[in-house]
Amino acid sequence: MKLITAVIKPHRLDEVKDALQAFGVHGLTLTEASGYGRQRGHTEVYRGAEYTVDLVPKIRVEVLVEDADAEELMDVVVKAARTGKIGDGKVWSIPVDDAVRVRTGERGPDAL
Amino acid sequence: MPPGILTLAADKVTLSPANTGFMLICSALVMIMTPGLAFFYGGMVRVKSVLNMLMMSFISLGIVTILWVLYGFGLAFGTDKGGFIGWNGDFAGLAHIGLTELWGTSTIPVYVFAVFQLMFAVITPALISGALADRVKFTAWALFIALWVTVVYFPVAHWVWGEGGWLFELKVIDFAGGTAVHINAGAAALGVLLVVGKRIGFKKDPMRPHSLPLVMLGAGLLWFGWFGFNAGSWLGNDDGIGAVAFVNTQVATAAAMLGWLAYEKLRHGSFTTLGAASGAVAGLVAITPACGAVSPLGAIAVGVIAGVLCAMAVNLKYKFGYDDSLDVIGVHLVGGVVGSLLIGFFATGGVQSKAKGLFYGGGLDQLGRQAVGVVCVLLYSLVVSYVLAKAIDLVMGFRVGEDEEVAGIDQAAHAETAYDFAGAGGGTVGRKGPALGEALTKKVDA
Repeated sequence: MKLITAVIKPHRLDEVKDALQAFGVHGLTLTEASGYGRQRGHTEVYRGAEYTVDLVPKIRVEVLVEDADAEELMDVVVKAARTGKIGDGKVWSIPVDDAVRVRTGERGPDAL
Repeated sequence: MPPGILTLAADKVTLSPANTGFMLICSALVMIMTPGLAFFYGGMVRVKSVLNMLMMSFISLGIVTILWVLYGFGLAFGTDKGGFIGWNGDFAGLAHIGLTELWGTSTIPVYVFAVFQLMFAVITPALISGALADRVKFTAWALFIALWVTVVYFPVAHWVWGEGGWLFELKVIDFAGGTAVHINAGAAALGVLLVVGKRIGFKKDPMRPHSLPLVMLGAGLLWFGWFGFNAGSWLGNDDGIGAVAFVNTQVATAAAMLGWLAYEKLRHGSFTTLGAASGAVAGLVAITPACGAVSPLGAIAVGVIAGVLCAMAVNLKYKFGYDDSLDVIGVHLVGGVVGSLLIGFFATGGVQSKAKGLFYGGGLDQLGRQAVGVVCVLLYSLVVSYVLAKAIDLVMGFRVGEDEEVAGIDQAAHAETAYDFAGAGGGTVGRKGPALGEALTKKVDA
């Protein structure tokens, strides 16, 4: 199994959710996040005093998938989240040893 | 202000219901400026100290009102004593004033004049609080207000507007408070600042305004209330001068907002909300002394010049390293000085006073008078405010503790916080009885 984590622009969330549903993903976890990449946020000016706001709002989407689907799913997320402008975010996957469905106790891929 | 004579000596005048009604409305308009100022300042501070900022203005409505009734009106507008101060026992407690007794040569009752002037006395110390955001003890601030209006505001108001006051006799023009209110408050802000010092983290931590919509709301209320401030200062409108003051107030404020915005677009690249609000206030400040002396075209000039100069001035605090947190000096002191001095250039001689400015063939005469008024009020307020603040600091300490300042003065001073962001504000306290957890446990046990 793999955990796919995507940090995306908040306004692309609907597209990403739709794309994941179309792909057949049953569940996901969302977190409101903030951070910066290479672009380092933006500058605001108050009465001439400049403030660098480098933590910009993001959404973190996490999905557990079977190994075979991981590669394709990442492509799906990237396609849905992309605007082509700076700050579009990042997607990564990490291996997951095991998972349990709390209600039934099913383990591994059955728990997804 | 028109000349006020202290008793019912004037023979020709009778009470004007129209002017009396107009002046009561103007007084109410000036009153709303103080809550307006509270919001203007409150939006500019951080979340953790917005309530304290609001309260520093609001408390002035309480303290100054009472002092004004007890002795303030008598000191400011009683019979002149040597040009420096006034006194009239009948004014103490507003106890012996006839209901229809008129103020000097005006057509309004003394009571109406007293309450109109009261609102000026209320907002002036509140203006100072912007320099002291986030860091002063509320009790020290309350004490400072009481002392400051007594030894600074009441005398200075007498100098400028009281019959026999030395600046009044010198024919310094201050229609509605450029020297008595704005230079006075701005210089006091500097005096107190020198005692109180900078906020922890000044120039290091971000201290962004927490709510620009509140700032805009406050600026809007100030602008609205300022019509009472300026248009009311002729105490009626029998000769149209109040109307000119009204027009000039609107015109100069608009021009100053545009001036400030243009400056910051060129200098910093954006037309900011805070710039628009600040520019408007700078224009209101600058036109205050001048609105009865200049033409609407002159008012545009006063506004633009004040907007640009105040926008430039607010950066001085970073250069000089003093933490005038919300730019009381940059906006009120500089704006007041600019407006007062520009009378020496733009006074037409055809409105409130026959005195003409440099551009209307009057030479340097009026400019010189204005400069004397500016410098004397500035120095007096600066020095006395510094001494008062120093005394308070020695006796009780002017600042809150470092930990209280860092955690936020709202909790320390007022036991409140302004916003409940998470809805996770804690359990049931404040009433006797079993705590929530205890009650639940009992139920389970049963």
